Amino acid sequence: MAQDKDPVLRHPKDPAALLDVIRDVQAAAGHVSDEAVGRIAAHLKLAEAEVRGAVTFYHFFSLAPRGRSTVYLNDSITSRMMGRTAVARAFEDEAGCRFGEVSADGAIGLFPTSCIGMNDQEPSAIVDGTVFTALTPDKARAIIRGLRAGTPARDQVAAFGDGANQSDLVRSMVVNNIRRRGPVLFGAHETGAALRQAVAMTPEQVIDEVKRSGLLGRGGAGFPTGLKWEFCRREKAAQHYVVCNADEGEPGTFKDRVILTELPRLLFEGMAVAGYAVGARTGILYLRSEYAYLRDHLEAVLAGLRKDGLLGRSAAGLKGFDFDIVIKSGAGAYVCGEESALLESAEGKRGEPRDRPPFPVSSGYQGLPTTVNNVETLATAARILAGGAAWFKALGTTQSAGTKLLSVSGDCARPGVYEVEYGLTVADLLEMAGGAGAKAVQVGGPSGTCVAPAGFGRRICFSDLATGGSVIVFGPRRDIFEIVENFMDFFVEESCGWCVPCRAGNVLLRKKFGKIARGLGTAEDLREIEAWGKLVKSTSRCGLGQTSPNPILTTMKSFPELYEARIRKGEAFVSEFDLATAIRDGCAAAGREPECKESLHD
Amino acid sequence: MGKPVIATASLAGCFGCHMSLLDIDERILKLVELVEFNKSPIDDIKEFTKPVDIGLIEGGCCNSENVHVLRDFRKNCKVLVSVGECAIMGGLPALRNGIPLKECLEEAYLNSPTIAPEDRLIPNDEDLPIILDKVYPCHEIVKIDAFLPGCPPSADLIWEALTALIEGRPLHLTYDLVKFD
Amino acid sequence: MTEIRFTIDGRACLAKPGQTIVEAAKANGVYIPVLCHYEGLKPAGSCRICTVRVAGRYMAACTQPVTEGMAVENTAPDLEDMRKSLIEMLFAEGNHLCPSCEKSGNCELQALAYRYRMMVPRFPYLWPVRTVEAGTPLVMLDRNRCVQCLRCVRGVRARDGRKIFASVRRGARVAIEIDRKLAARLSEEEARRAMDICPVGAILRKGTGFAKPIGKRRFDRTPIGADIEKGIGR
Repeated sequence: MAQDKDPVLRHPKDPAALLDVIRDVQAAAGHVSDEAVGRIAAHLKLAEAEVRGAVTFYHFFSLAPRGRSTVYLNDSITSRMMGRTAVARAFEDEAGCRFGEVSADGAIGLFPTSCIGMNDQEPSAIVDGTVFTALTPDKARAIIRGLRAGTPARDQVAAFGDGANQSDLVRSMVVNNIRRRGPVLFGAHETGAALRQAVAMTPEQVIDEVKRSGLLGRGGAGFPTGLKWEFCRREKAAQHYVVCNADEGEPGTFKDRVILTELPRLLFEGMAVAGYAVGARTGILYLRSEYAYLRDHLEAVLAGLRKDGLLGRSAAGLKGFDFDIVIKSGAGAYVCGEESALLESAEGKRGEPRDRPPFPVSSGYQGLPTTVNNVETLATAARILAGGAAWFKALGTTQSAGTKLLSVSGDCARPGVYEVEYGLTVADLLEMAGGAGAKAVQVGGPSGTCVAPAGFGRRICFSDLATGGSVIVFGPRRDIFEIVENFMDFFVEESCGWCVPCRAGNVLLRKKFGKIARGLGTAEDLREIEAWGKLVKSTSRCGLGQTSPNPILTTMKSFPELYEARIRKGEAFVSEFDLATAIRDGCAAAGREPECKESLHD
Repeated sequence: MGKPVIATASLAGCFGCHMSLLDIDERILKLVELVEFNKSPIDDIKEFTKPVDIGLIEGGCCNSENVHVLRDFRKNCKVLVSVGECAIMGGLPALRNGIPLKECLEEAYLNSPTIAPEDRLIPNDEDLPIILDKVYPCHEIVKIDAFLPGCPPSADLIWEALTALIEGRPLHLTYDLVKFD
Repeated sequence: MTEIRFTIDGRACLAKPGQTIVEAAKANGVYIPVLCHYEGLKPAGSCRICTVRVAGRYMAACTQPVTEGMAVENTAPDLEDMRKSLIEMLFAEGNHLCPSCEKSGNCELQALAYRYRMMVPRFPYLWPVRTVEAGTPLVMLDRNRCVQCLRCVRGVRARDGRKIFASVRRGARVAIEIDRKLAARLSEEEARRAMDICPVGAILRKGTGFAKPIGKRRFDRTPIGADIEKGIGR
């Protein structure tokens, strides 16, 4: 095999290439075989165990075959609400295997996956890299039949979505559902205006402008962007980096997908502005694997910007400002949305968060000063340079300046993205989206807050309901306990496993919650689950564990009456042990009839 | 008022914890003065004959009979104590918890090289208790009020716990008292 | 070099620039319980047992550098209970059968449980199904006892610098894998180091075990951390 064709040998002998090598092997062979592990380890001078470690960390890599075609069906709560169960059954019936398995003929593999960023068009799935949205059981069966008949998934897309989804480089059925265009992200913008404005100023002035605008990080944590750039710039180093976090994995968020589809020029311009401000020559877009279908489109936009002189040597006409952008892909791990885990992953490793300090601004990508900013933050920064800090600051509230792009999904008439000014109440948003009669609204995704109707007057802003952009509406007939269980399953699945409270604590919280949900809880169990939740939040190493108990803790606060109704009153102790269940295997092995008097909880 | 009444049982255990209870040396004379034994292998009383103050449970639950005995103790004892690693976490019997029960039974009764071909049979007599899917610690089945770790717990720990319970004072746990082996 | 002034539970202490809270506390005769930390290795912050509170915020003392004027809370009752919870969580998460473990008496997890007088974990046992790896000549890996401290991942390397132990999978299914090819070439000393670096009985040097009788083992009479605390006032 020629070296340039071999998916292993065509990469540099550099451990940082590990994920790229694995991705190519996975794509070519459908899995990473033992033989491939050995070849990768030899090429990159790594232990085979380390290669296996990287393969098994990411959801879309596998040591075992995943089928000649692979279906990844979204398992988010919204997907379930929109009919996932029937769709999953149709996939299983037609494929002849269960989820988590490969069909006997090796043709089809079925796997669940965490939210793929299509929450406004569920149920959705990624089939061999092609996104299918608004699935029905009939469509699911047709996809499998088509694959078996030799029609590739990408050729099964009959109609394309709106906007750039129709372009030759995307050709996707995904729809943008842009419901409300605000003045910032969707305001009229001439590509290059922001960057030209920036390079006419000193980097310090650019940072000052962003600081004056009051821009806070749009990923949800709300760190002042100008300050982050300033910290990064101050670090003396041979190189600085700008990293754009396009790993939006919080279930229910999809607004970055729309920015990447419709506003990539604005985003890349924002990265260049950031690069100029912090003194970076390289920008990295870390693109979540679920959005790989946008990669060719994004590369073409980058090529266009280079041609227009906005990227590359002497960008925006400024001699010495050589800034360019590369795209790196994720491989299916929610935790990589955490900035330090993202950097580990971008360096080709398992996406395990780092200890901080040091923070990425001083020791980030390859140990060099790095500013990691959200997609929306960078696009917004570009608009601030074009429109001025004062214009931006006048929008929103005093403490939360500007607008926010919200991804609204669930039980509402008009799911999609909304650019709204900060300070909007939940009730206002429900009105806009057609979510009248909602029983609860999940603001900020599973790691955020579950708001009951009594709290619909609360405001979406950093000082009240902070959110990265996920808003899920739950109608009157939804079961809060089912929602919480789905969210806890998500955190258990997505914990990286590094630290004790997150790795074990979330499993224990889910188990205890299950006891309460099944009606076997006591007042003591409620007290315990609250204490355990506080423990996990307080002692976990990164944002995942620091927020993962929120589904339980915030619903306990918003819906205390639901919990009260589930527990056994006046009982100090209720056991989950059930003798009839516990003797079933023993009876079966001995060929014995279970005694019927062995009953539940005597 | 009569002396506090004590009952003991060994479930899926090795009787080592009972041995340790008897290992309190000359304090055993004081114990006899202090308490009265009811249902226990020590005095061979088979059924509860009166309400019991303190029940001591050795061993976890590996079969249906263990569960019945444990629940019976819970009904009859004011305070129930898990004594030793097996009661607390299943102990050595729980080494089987990672292996499917069917495989365990087949290995023991069908495939073991020491079994004569004609004896290959998984016991199936209605007088035998039914084996559970795994070994359970006692506190997952009934409410347990106190725990004395060790394999076995030292005689000193058992003595300290018994006298504390009888006198109604908190346990005084010095470093030497708490050991898991 | 100027020293940094800080306090632990109100007691005035001094630290060298760059020292972590755990290191500085030790130098001041104060023990902060640690499990995943191992002297000489880059801290991992994985067990979180060293969690302390500074200005209302929780942080891992093994990874956090001391800063001027820092007021560290180390022994507040709620903090100590959190640590005890984490220790109990580890006992519930794995399959820790102390009576049958070669490391019993010398095990740091067990020693922490002794120090905190753990009588029973407050969490239900999860009984994970985990495998034992005995396919290398000198060491055995019993994952039932593994606490994912990552000491072996960080501290045991082949002569060419490659890792011999690595984490595989993620979340609750995360596990340590031993690289069979590299482990086959381990020397006696390296195998011994691998066993010593493991705080629990997950990595064992084959053919040894139960070397010291009960009563003479490391933590039979002396609580973990006592050596550091003896230095108080020095």
